[in-house]
Amino acid sequence: MKIRLALATATVALLAASAAQAGTITFNSMASDPGPRSAMETLIEQFEAENPDITVELNTFDHEAYKTALRNWLTSSSPPDVVTWFAGERMNAFAGRGLFADVTDVWNDNGLFDVMSSSSSALAYEGEQYGVPYTYYQWGVYYRTDIFEENGIEVPETFDDLVAACGTLREAGIAPVTIGTKFLWTAAGWFDYLNLRTNGLEYHLGLMSGEIPYTDDGVRATMANWQRLIDAECYIDDHSAYSWQEAIPFLTQGEAAMYLIGNFITPFFPEDSMDNYGFFQFPIIDESVGIYEDAPIDTLHIPANAENQEDARRFLAFMSQANILTDMNEALNQLPPNSESQVPDNRFLEAGFEMLSAADGIAQFYDRDTDPEMARAGMEGFQEFMVNPDRLDDILERLDRTRQRIFR
Amino acid sequence: MAASPIPREHRRAAFWFLLPALIMFTVYVIYPILQSFWISFHEWDGLTDTMEWVGLRNYEDLLFWDDDFWTAIINNVWWLIFYLLAPLFGLIMALFLNQTVRGIRIAKSLFFFPFVISQVVVGLVFSWFYDPSFGLLNEVVGFFGIPTISLLSSERWVTFAIIAAGLWPQTAYCMILYLTGLNNINPEQIEAARIDGAKRFKLYWHVIRPQLSPATFLAIVVTVIGALRSFDLVAIMTNGGPYGSSSVLAFKMYEEAIFNFRVGYGASIAVVLFLIMAVYITFFLTRMLQQERSGG
Repeated sequence: MKIRLALATATVALLAASAAQAGTITFNSMASDPGPRSAMETLIEQFEAENPDITVELNTFDHEAYKTALRNWLTSSSPPDVVTWFAGERMNAFAGRGLFADVTDVWNDNGLFDVMSSSSSALAYEGEQYGVPYTYYQWGVYYRTDIFEENGIEVPETFDDLVAACGTLREAGIAPVTIGTKFLWTAAGWFDYLNLRTNGLEYHLGLMSGEIPYTDDGVRATMANWQRLIDAECYIDDHSAYSWQEAIPFLTQGEAAMYLIGNFITPFFPEDSMDNYGFFQFPIIDESVGIYEDAPIDTLHIPANAENQEDARRFLAFMSQANILTDMNEALNQLPPNSESQVPDNRFLEAGFEMLSAADGIAQFYDRDTDPEMARAGMEGFQEFMVNPDRLDDILERLDRTRQRIFR
Repeated sequence: MAASPIPREHRRAAFWFLLPALIMFTVYVIYPILQSFWISFHEWDGLTDTMEWVGLRNYEDLLFWDDDFWTAIINNVWWLIFYLLAPLFGLIMALFLNQTVRGIRIAKSLFFFPFVISQVVVGLVFSWFYDPSFGLLNEVVGFFGIPTISLLSSERWVTFAIIAAGLWPQTAYCMILYLTGLNNINPEQIEAARIDGAKRFKLYWHVIRPQLSPATFLAIVVTVIGALRSFDLVAIMTNGGPYGSSSVLAFKMYEEAIFNFRVGYGASIAVVLFLIMAVYITFFLTRMLQQERSGG
């Protein structure tokens, strides 16, 4: 009985293996929110219709779990054929270890260097391309227009305006800014913007690459600005107990008025009161500093050990076409990285697209621009600072010790 | 033990009987332990083939440069101390449930229920319970006019809040151990003690407690090991936060090895954890052997 069972499983395994050779690609995706998920499914159907010899097996995972699992898949002997991931340092961590396949040929064969020139550098590691972008989105402040109006607040253009708005809202009994820092990265959004607005992109990237110490005066200036927000009681209480989604109800229920986050928040706004939500660019701190924005790119990669490299490349090529990216980003509610695609007809995205087109430069995001370990330590430090601002010196010194060890 | 010589062929048979277990033990326990020691002397990202020998540097970093490590150790000590409430509560519940009333089986299974639930679910349930905006805890204390408390975002209380969540299933487990222990108690002895006039606490302390000592031993060992390898609840409820203040050794090891690509460093944490467990287990094993030699 046991032997027969073993034989049966062996046969099934063999069948599965031969099926894989006959044009199946496994695609592991972290697009687990309902909208993005169905967008992926629709596109895969379209791909399979155009390429009848290839079947795509889609596996969707929860975001945080995916981040842990990906490295295990990449080092296993039979990784998926296509995976979603992030551009920048996050990609380099795997590209540098030889775990992502070089797909420069996909870029050359499909003329991607022309249509995706703005994101090509974020997908390059030592001069070769290691993935293709499929979407990007702006960061900025999403706010309740009705609450602003009721309290006579104009959209803040300068940092002083923002601090003043916090004061007015507090007086009205409303928490000015909602944020959930349980998974840390939301705090990094604030650091990124404060640092970009205080010190500019070049300085920011110097800090990200470990050349500038965290105890530097520039960082201290950034943190002093952050201190002003904390002193004005800008943030909701107990933010470290919430994930970013758990912090949304404060905004939708009118207990908080602003949220610095990526455009992926907009599907969470209730349909029937959509008019009450608006978007504005992070206010200017120093007019002599250029205007830089965070605009993270989400990407597709082929693991270096993937079995079906050839079909995976066809899939990547398909996913980089202008019309496909138009459709996908329409559904994702984000911006297509292909310059020949259409920006979705959506006021948040149009505002974002306009803002990014006018920007002097683009950063990815704190945890995509710096070393993963540094990112973790840094974001923990930011969270601690938001709760205990008096520990600033300790935090910066600790971060700098970490920086020295990592970038030695 | 009487020193009776065992015939040779018996000894050989014993060897063959033990062999499969020995092989498994060597391959899946001894070898990984030695390998962890070996890896802990290297800098290695766990992905590439290059392992750089760094001697004791990982330990130096750990002991002298890493504040989080000490936070984690201290938290582990809190876990060890407060987790020991589980055997105590378990014993009380077992004594309470050890009756022959109608429906007691159902009551027993309901009390045992938390242990059957996955730790992940326990963690989720408790994080909702503690949630400052809609959690039951704040509904209750709010009723008495106490302002909202957010246990999971307070660096001071977070570890205790997680331990409390862990105690729930652990108590159920200890209760089962004690219930089986109580089943094995010789009723004649209790009868005899009753006739001699022993009641309530005296009866418990002089007659029941000594007979429960194997169950107590087991409950404590299991609980301490559970406390030292506590991981799931921390990962689910706080992810080590706020800013690392609820981290424990097992969680820190996972974080360093998986997220920070420092497998060598993670291995050195594993070694420290292993040594703590080894010291503790040796202590208890010797104590148990002594007790057995002196006849319980």
